[in-house]
Amino acid sequence: MNALAERLPIFMRRMDPAVVTAFACILLLLFVGSLYSSNFLSPEYLLQQLKVASFLGIIATGMMLVILLGQIDLSLPWVVSVGAMMSSAVAGLGDVGAAIAIPFGIFCGVLIGLVNGVGVAYLRIPSMIMTLATNAVAQGLMVVYTGGFSPQDSASPAARYLATGFIIPTVPNSVLCWLAVGAAAVFLMTRTTFGRSIYGIGNRERAAYLSGINTRRVVMIVFAISGGLAAFGGVLLAGYASKAAQSMGDAYLLPAIAAVVLGGTSILGGRGSYLGTVAGVMLITLLQSILSVMQMPEFGRQIVYGIVIIMMLLLYGRERLQR
Amino acid sequence: MEEILRRRFWFMITLEGALVEAAPLFRLEGVSKSYGGVRALQKADLDIYPGRIHGILGENGAGKSTLIKAMAGVLAPDEGRMFLDGRETSFASPTAANKAGIVCIFQELSLIPDLSVADNIVISDPPTRFGMIDRARQRQIAEQALARAGAEDIHPLALVKDLPLSRRQMVEIAKALARKPRILILDEATSALTAADVTKIFAVLKRLRSEGLALLYISHRMHEIAELADECSVFRNGRKVETYEAGSKTNNEVVELMIGREYKNVFPPKPPLQSNGTTPVLQAENLSWTDRLKDISLSVRAGEIVGLGGLDGQGQRDLLLALFGVLSGCSGKVLIDGVPVKINSPTAAKSEKIGMALIPEDRKTEGLMLPMTVRDNLSFASLHRISDHGIVNRAKEQKYIDEMIALLGIKTAGTGIAVGSLSGGNQQKVVIAKWLMNQPRIILLNDPTRGIDVGTKQELYVLLRKLAGQGAAILFYSTDYDELIGCCDRVLVLYDGKVKRELVGAEITERALIASALNIDMGEALHL
Amino acid sequence: MRDWRFWFAEQRGTLMAIAIFIVMFVIYSSNHPAGFSANVVQTASNKGVLLAFVAMAQALVVITAGIDLSVGMIFTLTNCLASWIVVGSPVQVFFGVVGVLLVGALCGAINGAIVIYGRLQPIVTTIATGAVFYGIALAIRPNPGGSVDETLADFFTGRFFGFMPASLVTLFAVVLVVWVPFSRSVTGRAAYAVGSSEPAAYMSGVNIRRAKFAAYTLSGLLAGIGGLFLTFFTYTGEAAYASGNAYTLFSIAAVVLGGVSLFGGKGSAIGAIFGAMAFRTIGDLLFVFDFDPLWQPLFQGVVLLLAVSIGAFGLFRIRNRLDWFG
Repeated sequence: MNALAERLPIFMRRMDPAVVTAFACILLLLFVGSLYSSNFLSPEYLLQQLKVASFLGIIATGMMLVILLGQIDLSLPWVVSVGAMMSSAVAGLGDVGAAIAIPFGIFCGVLIGLVNGVGVAYLRIPSMIMTLATNAVAQGLMVVYTGGFSPQDSASPAARYLATGFIIPTVPNSVLCWLAVGAAAVFLMTRTTFGRSIYGIGNRERAAYLSGINTRRVVMIVFAISGGLAAFGGVLLAGYASKAAQSMGDAYLLPAIAAVVLGGTSILGGRGSYLGTVAGVMLITLLQSILSVMQMPEFGRQIVYGIVIIMMLLLYGRERLQR
Repeated sequence: MEEILRRRFWFMITLEGALVEAAPLFRLEGVSKSYGGVRALQKADLDIYPGRIHGILGENGAGKSTLIKAMAGVLAPDEGRMFLDGRETSFASPTAANKAGIVCIFQELSLIPDLSVADNIVISDPPTRFGMIDRARQRQIAEQALARAGAEDIHPLALVKDLPLSRRQMVEIAKALARKPRILILDEATSALTAADVTKIFAVLKRLRSEGLALLYISHRMHEIAELADECSVFRNGRKVETYEAGSKTNNEVVELMIGREYKNVFPPKPPLQSNGTTPVLQAENLSWTDRLKDISLSVRAGEIVGLGGLDGQGQRDLLLALFGVLSGCSGKVLIDGVPVKINSPTAAKSEKIGMALIPEDRKTEGLMLPMTVRDNLSFASLHRISDHGIVNRAKEQKYIDEMIALLGIKTAGTGIAVGSLSGGNQQKVVIAKWLMNQPRIILLNDPTRGIDVGTKQELYVLLRKLAGQGAAILFYSTDYDELIGCCDRVLVLYDGKVKRELVGAEITERALIASALNIDMGEALHL
Repeated sequence: MRDWRFWFAEQRGTLMAIAIFIVMFVIYSSNHPAGFSANVVQTASNKGVLLAFVAMAQALVVITAGIDLSVGMIFTLTNCLASWIVVGSPVQVFFGVVGVLLVGALCGAINGAIVIYGRLQPIVTTIATGAVFYGIALAIRPNPGGSVDETLADFFTGRFFGFMPASLVTLFAVVLVVWVPFSRSVTGRAAYAVGSSEPAAYMSGVNIRRAKFAAYTLSGLLAGIGGLFLTFFTYTGEAAYASGNAYTLFSIAAVVLGGVSLFGGKGSAIGAIFGAMAFRTIGDLLFVFDFDPLWQPLFQGVVLLLAVSIGAFGLFRIRNRLDWFG
């Protein structure tokens, strides 16, 4: 085993086995898919998958940062919806509204994220319950705002362009957005003192605090970033569907967590790489796509989806045995 | 006299008047254990006899912990055999070892914080009635066990997490006794105890010995081993070096066995006392915090090593935390270079203006992030120094890290490996290096040599003196009197949150330290 | 006297939950147009009992320092199953009920087995198994429908002796039969020990696996009882994703309100029940004050936010900032 590892090129030796396995699983899925239909390996299909993946990818980026801290953000579903609905609402207010639609949607997400951050970092409320509560509040606000009907505003042209347009021919803009967000995240995690602090806090907040890190501020900002990215994902989703919907975020919470964890990030915090999250996002997207291409009924999709996640985690996500 | 005879002729226990050589109750033969290529224990042999206290000595990483973990069923040895009553045995779990009568009191406490003292004492085998736990009976057992350990002051219904560390340790001992052990293993069991408790526990242990138990006693404190043990085994680098009759070797000989080389001049020479009139770098005036710190005033000058002494838990740790900005609601003043400052977080304490560093008490939870790399840990307290506008300058980082590794002589296979894989002594060096990298002017140390080996300790003493020579102001809390005597220019002895006495220069003697720690005056102390 | 104080300290979370519930319920019933009547109590308890079962289920897992995000889906699955097999002759109904409960316990046992033997984190495990359970529920009931033995349903949702809500009595019985023996057994003690400090529990020779497995299995069973009750109330089964999710999330809220620490080792299922009841009453408060129902989710969210923030006031008493980090 060791001898084999030493023969690999250096960059592969250094890679997390979880990430390698995740990419191997992606190749396997593509292979299985190509047996089913030759379209599976066509550039159009793959780009389409990448486009669908980019929404989840952006949302999962924020989730990953939070999970690296050893926390969790369950407010994601309604932050996604808030981002989508608020940006669409502002877009309906004329030219100025349309111009600030995207930043305003993100801003709303950041606000909710800040509330989460203050609760978790300063009031020391467990993130699971704090974010649950803000999720309920965000939902309540939106229900009151829309009067219980699905929102009528349509997404701003800018959001539609970002979600469905092409700056570079054949590469969807949403993929470029994910690329930008991902690049920023990688830079943040690996090259900045802020990123170091995130990993440090995720490993042991007590030691990070005693090292003179302002741990509370870091935690608060990370939650704000997570809120902002979730809302941005919502804005793009609204652009993709040309309008917002009440519970559009519900379908993203569990896939986001699953993608992060399948990518080898420890749910306990402090360990994980962005490359892994990318792999996790692609894995989840491909899995969902294959299941729907195979025209499997919804119940079968759910069952296969759950079992595949468990199987893959059993493959490489296990904790070490104590003895 | 009786004691000496007992020690000499222990092997001739007479059964019905006949001379019989006692058979070992427990025997290890060629037991080995490796962790990822590192041999933690190699071919260890050991015989343990009933009615004897067997002391185990060795530096950290010598294999002591691995040895007892193998005996207690916590880990499975790779090779070798173990015999109980002459029959070969192996334990699948701590439970199995307990059932066979081997009970271990571990260094890391094994108490469950959210359960009561009584719940904890009976945890492995609670008394039941109709399938449910019999609380009345459980309480009875707990009370008996606490009484046996001499800790009647602990209420059996108190939650463990509400007890101070020294009381928890007593609960741990009571819990072990409640299991009716045949072999009792104590691994640094007295490290958190007060002197009064240690005396009680020693009496208990001697009574257990006379009741025919076999005791295995592991401690860094040589005088404890000297007082208790009938025979001693020394471990080094995973091997048993020698087993000898207690009292047959001098302390120096024992230490040489432990470190494998000649032992001399532990402490570097102190510079002559200076009575310069310069402004102290660090001053505290009338510092108070809850009921733990009362009106503490102190000053530390550049180039000075000031010790904090006294019994454990008299406010020394709180004082260091208060200075470092961790405690809120402190009254009194802190002055840096004679200027009053407000320090309300470690972030403020390490700022350039103040330049403070704290080597915390527990390196595993407060000093390091064990799974993270040596590099990440080293640069963690100086991120602002190695970065421009929040972006890490890797070249600069590498340069500082190399400097620190060289300065402290950290033995590591590279900077990219997890710090948790280093030995205890090297881990502690990383903690210190991480703070030195920030170029502090004031260094607070909270018992930095606890649980590290003699060699590293010695290096540390030299380093502290060197740093002081370069102008650092050092405040040094230690539970080891020898250290305070050997290292410090002055020692402040704390008692009940107050500075009881200040000892300067030649006044720092073991007798003076003990006398003021116990809050008795020197006249009485002469008769100690 | 001193003993009493220790008991009080140990049960503080549960007592707080009871106090919150009483305050909420007094506000609720004193403003209810019908006043404090058997009808009001029956309606309130029928609503509360469903969440109470699910919250109890959640509490068992949370005590071991785990979390069960599939609990709402077990609830949904057993609901769908009950709407299918709890019909027919009395014997069939009996076996139907047993079957539903067994399936609930089996779901919990699967979670437990994956967490223990697969060594996966509970949170991700139950996310995935939740999807599987929901899938099975959907397979049983692609569309809402089915039926349940009405005599049985009416019996459990009606009143005993004209004033005691049957659902509340059943809840009480379940507490007596499931929770009390568990919490006072060696395994229950072990569950608390594992939740409080797993390494210490291991060192102390506690049977960690048995404790966790029992907690997860009983949790599944309780969620199954909840699902059965849902069927009794609605007479149908529905694989509703949103409702299952909501029950999972509400159960976490109820558990926290009930004084069960998410870090494990602390609290009781009794606390969780009162947490659930209090949470339900909060939601219903708006109706008695005659607000637009549109405001209900917001109101519920804000009260939840305030409730969890109240716990944070303890922070002001913390004098050593290291205590922030537990």
